[in-house]
Formats: sequence, C-alpha cells, structure tokens
Amino acid sequence: MFKQKRLFELSRTILAIAIALLIALVTILFVSEEPAKALSTFLLGPLKSVRHFGNVLEMMIPLLFTGLAVSIMFSAAQFNLGAEGAFFLGGIASTYIAVRWALPNVIHPAFAILLGGVVGAVFCGIPAILKVKWNASELVSSLMLNYVALFLGLYIINYFLRDVNAGAMVSYKLAESSKLIKMIPGTRVHFGILIAVLMVVLVYYLMYRTRWGYRIRLTGLNSSFARYSGIKTASVIVLAQLLGGFIAGVGGSIEVLGMYRRFSWQTLPGYGWDGIIVAILARNNPALIPVGAFFLAYLRIGADLMSRTSDVQSEVVYIIQGVMIVLIAAESFLAHYRHKLVFKEARNRST
Amino acid sequence: METAVFIIKGELLMQSELLSMNGITKVYPNGIVANESVDFSIRKGEIHALVGENGAGKSTLMKILFGLEHPEEGEIILNGEQIQISSPNAAIDHGIGMVHQHFMLVPSLTVAENMVLGSEPKKGLYVNLKKAVAETKELAEKYNLIVDPTAKIRDLPVGIKQKVEILKALYRGAEVLILDEPTAVLTPQETKELFEELHLLKDQGNTIIFISHKLHEIKELCDRLTIMRNGKSQGVFNVSDVSEADISRLMVGRDVILKVEKEDADPGDVILDVDKLTVINDFGKQAVNDISFSVRKGEILGVAGVEGNGQGELVEIITGLKQIHFGDVRICGNNIKPLSIKEIRNLGTCHIPEDRMTYGVAESLDIEQNLLADKHDSPEYTGKFLTKPKVIRENSLKLIEEYKIKCGSPLQEVKMLSGGNIQKVVVAREFSSSPQLIIADQPTRGIDVGATEFIRKRLVELRDQGSAVLLVSADLNEVMELSDSLIVMYGGEITAYIKDTKSLNEEELGLYMLGINRQSPEEIGRAIHV
Repeated sequence: MFKQKRLFELSRTILAIAIALLIALVTILFVSEEPAKALSTFLLGPLKSVRHFGNVLEMMIPLLFTGLAVSIMFSAAQFNLGAEGAFFLGGIASTYIAVRWALPNVIHPAFAILLGGVVGAVFCGIPAILKVKWNASELVSSLMLNYVALFLGLYIINYFLRDVNAGAMVSYKLAESSKLIKMIPGTRVHFGILIAVLMVVLVYYLMYRTRWGYRIRLTGLNSSFARYSGIKTASVIVLAQLLGGFIAGVGGSIEVLGMYRRFSWQTLPGYGWDGIIVAILARNNPALIPVGAFFLAYLRIGADLMSRTSDVQSEVVYIIQGVMIVLIAAESFLAHYRHKLVFKEARNRST
Repeated sequence: METAVFIIKGELLMQSELLSMNGITKVYPNGIVANESVDFSIRKGEIHALVGENGAGKSTLMKILFGLEHPEEGEIILNGEQIQISSPNAAIDHGIGMVHQHFMLVPSLTVAENMVLGSEPKKGLYVNLKKAVAETKELAEKYNLIVDPTAKIRDLPVGIKQKVEILKALYRGAEVLILDEPTAVLTPQETKELFEELHLLKDQGNTIIFISHKLHEIKELCDRLTIMRNGKSQGVFNVSDVSEADISRLMVGRDVILKVEKEDADPGDVILDVDKLTVINDFGKQAVNDISFSVRKGEILGVAGVEGNGQGELVEIITGLKQIHFGDVRICGNNIKPLSIKEIRNLGTCHIPEDRMTYGVAESLDIEQNLLADKHDSPEYTGKFLTKPKVIRENSLKLIEEYKIKCGSPLQEVKMLSGGNIQKVVVAREFSSSPQLIIADQPTRGIDVGATEFIRKRLVELRDQGSAVLLVSADLNEVMELSDSLIVMYGGEITAYIKDTKSLNEEELGLYMLGINRQSPEEIGRAIHV
C-alpha cells in the first residue's frame, strides 16, 4: 500500500509537469510565427552543445543550495522565505573576504564561503528567534527581512567595496586566489558543483540518519507529539532555520566566487525563490533536490535559448512554473482518482 | 397466489418504515471500510438502538444519514421517496437532527443564542434576543428539558449542555433525532434523567436513534435494535426478544470478557507523590485544587470522575506538558518542577496520552519512526553521528510482534492503521522503556475489544513487574475492573479514596463523581502513603 502511494505521488507530479508543459506548448503555438523552431529550441536547445548543457549545470548549482536550504526549513514546518536574503548576504560576505583579504589559494575561497554561510545562518536565525520568543510568523518576518538584506548588502557594496572606476555599481575585482576553479572545459561549470553534490549527500544523511534530522522531521510533522516525546521543539525550530540559512549563504558565496569577476547584483537574484520551487518539486526530500534543480535549470536555459533565437519570450517558463506548483501543491488534485483506487482495493480485500 | 400474498406483506412492511438506508458502503480515504452494504431502517415513533463496538461503523452510518459523509454506494429512503442528503443542512430540511458526542456549542454564548444560531429571529437588523429566549423557554417546557435560556454555555455542566443540543435539534424541526453515545459523558443519575426525557419525546411522536454500546441502557430504553459488527449489519431485533448475552455475542462474535484477571496488588515504595497540588488553567480557573495522593510500586491507582474535573490538568502536570503550578510533584523522590519533559521521562515515566492523534503519533510517519520517538537519541539506537538502522529495525519488528500490531510492514504509515492498532503503536513505544511510572490517560478509548483487552492485560503485567500505574479513565467499567485503589475527582478536588475497588458499586461511585457525596478529609487522606 505504501509503495502504491509513493507511485501515486510520483505519477501525480509527472502529470502536473506534463499538463504545465502542454499549456506552455499551446501558448507557444499561438504566439509564435515559427512555432516548430521555437519549440525544438525550448525542449532540445540545452542538449545541442556542451556550452549550453554547461549552462544548465551552472544554473543548477545555486538551485541545489537554496533547494536544500528551503527543504530543511520546510521539513520543520517553518515557512521561512529568508533563503533569498541569506543567499544574497552570503555573496556580499564572501565578496568582502575576496576583495579585502589576502589569503593563499584554497584557504581564501574556503574562508569566504564559510563566512558567507555564517552570515546566512544569522540572517535566517532572526525570524526563528522572533518566532520562538514572540510567536511572530516566520513567513512574514523573513519576507520583510529579505528587503533589509538587499539594501544592507547594496549599502556595503556602495560604501565599502565599490570600484569607482567601473561604470556600474559593482565591487572591486575579486582576488584570483579567491575564485573557484573551472571544472569542464568550454563551460563555466566550477568547483562549486562538487561542493553542492557533497552538500546533498550530507543533508540527506542529516535528515534521515541522524537524531537531529529526526527531531526536525518529527517537529515538522507534529510538534505536539515531538514535545510530548521529550524533544525541545523551540531549539529544533531554531536549528532548522540556522542550518537552512547557512546552506543558502554558502550557496550565495559559491555563486559569486564561481561565476563572477566582481559582485554585480543590483537586486535580489531570485535563487531563494527558485529554491522554494525546487523543494516543493522534491517534496522536501534531499535525495530528490538534484532532480528538481536540474529540471528547473533545464527549463530556464531552454527558455532563454528560445527567446534569443525565436520570437517567443523566455517568460513562458513562468507559465509552466505556475501551473506546475499549483497542481502539485493542490492536495486534492487527482484525490478522487486516488479514493477510487482505495475503494477498489478495499473491495478486493473483503471478497 | 402465494407470491401475491408475500408481496402484499412486503409492502405493508415497507409502509411502516419511516426511513431506510439500503446497501450503504463507505470507504474512508485511508482504505478503512467503515460500512459494507449496510441496511438500516427505523419506524415512526420508536427508539431504535444502534449498537456495536467502537469502530464497528455506527458513527459513520449516522454521519451519512446526517450528511457529514457521503457513501460510495447505497440509497436513503424517507417516507417512500429516495432522498439525497448532501449536507447537514439538507438533513435538517428532511427533519433529521443529530446530537454529537462532542457538543457543537459556542461556549461564550448563552443557551438561547446557541439555540437560534444560524436561524436567528430578526428585529430589523438586530437579532431578536427576547424572542429567542421566549422560544427557548417554550420549547424547553414542551419537552420538559429544563434549561436557563440566559445562562452561558461554558458555565453549564455536561448534562445540561446535552439538553441544549437536543433542544437545538428540535428547534430546527427535527423529528428524527440521532443521539451519538449520549450517556458516555453522563453520571448514572444524569443518565436516568435523560431517559425520562427521551421517553417523553417519543410519546410526542418523535423518532430516536440511540447509538450506544452499553447493553443495559438499551434494554431499559429502546424498542428495537440494529447490531453492527466490523462495518456490517448483524440484523434488526426487537429488544424484548434478545438477551444481553445475545446482543454481546452478535456485537463481538464471541463472549466479551469484561473481567480482568489479576492477583491482589502487593504495593511497595512510593513512586509518584503528589503533594498539595493546585493548577490554574488557561482560563484562570482552579482546575485542580489542593490535592494530595501517592502511587506505589506495583499498584494501579485509578482516577475516576466525569471528564473535565481536573484529570486532564493533573496528567499534564505530572508528565511535564504543563509547568506552572503550586504544590509539589515528586517522582521517585525527585521534585519535577524544574525538570523538562525529557528529564521526567528519564526518571522512568511513560505516558499514554488521552488524544493519541495529537500527542501519541505523527500520523504521516511510518510505524518504525513512531516507535522511536522517545528513544531516538539513546545510545542503543544512535552512534555519535549516525543512527543504527539495523537495531532500529530489529526493535520495530520485535515490538510489532510482541504487541500484535496488524500491519504490512514497519514502513507503513501510521494513519493507514485502525484506531486500535495506532493505540498499540503508542503503547508499545511507551511500555518498552521499562517504566517505573505509567501514566495511562484513557488508554482504551475508542478502540476495539481485542486491543482493549490486550492493553489492559499488559497494564496488569507491568504492575506485577513492579511499575506504578496511574490510570485515568472515563470508562467506569475500566477503572473499576483494573484499579487496585481509586480516587474520585470532582471539581478539581478528590471526593473519595477507595482503598479496595472491589468493595465499590457503581451507584456509590456516581454519587462521588457528581460531588453529592464526599468522604471526610481523614478518609481522603488515606490516599497519601509514606
């Protein structure tokens, strides 16, 4: 029965994705003068060259981090949306180290990433403390704090790290010693992908094979039961959000050190929001985060290629995202069908 | 000719039925078949009992009749016409009213306001409260259900609340009244009063469906009965034609062993010591008022009382779920005031919670993980960093076998199990930590006879092995059968201490539970041992 249920959940997700894609394809058919070309670029473009496939992997890296971060916080039933701000501030913190400090090769990025993580943890920890102390909704406070993160970050860049000789509001060049090495020739895929994979494994073990992960999951599923069992739920709630913030901050640092020559974000980059989509697709299961991240990155790059080579805008991706999330999040989507299955099985059992 | 006569007879039979439900099948989303091709019918002006064990499908059948659940198969016929009952509103339009086990009343409103809620008499834009009060009074007098229309619900005792619920259904024009285990929350005296009122209702032409599993009540009150077992109807009988033994045999398919076999207790040292405990609840009311008692090694102390007389708060304090209180609670000599829930558990306390779905399990987690909750961080099950899946699996397989938890695999979600098996998961986990002190709060509420017997037996076994047991139960049969000694709580105070439960009869207990009788302080003081 439980296997059947897992299968049902899987087919439900696939069906949701299929319906979303179908709607996108129909939209393309309607708006495009050359729909065949647009469609094939959208669906197959990322596979056509090493560079484009590299783009998919590059985009996956930040999504892996934010997806993991969000999934940990969601597992504890904490709807902290601060991964966005933590990612951004993580990038700022590592920029500071990369620009201002002189350190040897490997130690330089390692230290920058670590600091980025700590900053992210502190940032996501604020809504957690507010929740535990005063029962303030972490959803609202983290959402608002994201803007604080944005303007605090821009202030730091503008007043302490800005290169006045550069044309835009960007930081000084990051020291060469601080950058992450490239992994695949012909692409910009960097060392961060290995850290991301390691992080996936670590988080999976943390959530399913350690007492801390058990506490996080139990608190998320039924906090009254967790408290009754002797678990200090308040500390678990804070721990989950510190961890989530740390991973998001690490992700931001790695993105900056792996992909950029200067810190040049003028606004929130959006990977924190995307992390929510990835976590929902993966049902908060760390092992499935890579699947969700790959899928979303593939769609994004496909749409981007399509907009560059055809008359369809890349925004078509947002239609897919929207429909997909609504269908997956809608608990009763196909519930009727599922109930029929249950009914049939019960019938078979009794006769 | 013969067939014709037969058909005529059949038609005559049909005509006398006011309402019938034919071939009702209901499967819940978790796969539990609550009703399977159930036929059920009632005649005008009768009191019809619907009996069966917990989980036999009585409540589900009535929920379908009241429009709260929708069946997969079957039809409902009222006065010869097929009807659809899509919602409680539709049921009320058809003259069907229901009094739920858990009252659906707004505590902060008055009786009259509750009565008219949803169909208020209007005076311009305002609710005509005067008219509501007058109507309530009139109705109350007509049916001899005496209530004060201006009293606030929260100030009323359970028995009166129930009267309000019945009046509410009548106010809405109900002619068929469904009462879901109405006596479960009543004292013997209140029950007697209710029966008189129901007889009066019947005499005035109303039809009553009375859900119960208390056989003597059915014998006393009802005309006919339908027996349900395991989601199926076992047939309809005239109450006068069947004996209590017949009914119980049809209910459970075997003779119920209500007696718990146990030796006399051999109490040892004091394990739990409650000393002048006072608890103020969230509404600022003294829920527990200066009570003292102790539970010794190897004895079961029962706490009897109508629900809501401080038992819940007492349990919350002892288990550490609630902290602010006056007076002391000591477990094995340790004052628990500064201790966390974890530390109280580490003293050897285990707790079967009253509400198993809220406190006892995480329903979407599998059995194995649920069995682990209180010991997930003990060195037996986890190393420095990683847990030990093999040991955990062995433990879950062992407990599933030992406690006869019916399931496909330890990886099955708890919510797919039946109530009795879910309770066994809770009990297996709590009992497996070799407890010194067992706090069992309604340990067999709402579960089948098999699981009930099993859990009661385990409690006695653990007592014999030297555990101290505090048993809180609203089930009189349970506290009287299982406890060695007994305290009775009323209004947050102990009204009686019965040293030897065997010497007690139900009538006497009822008087203590209602606070009508009360022992002298010296007699109650015997509950404290040194």
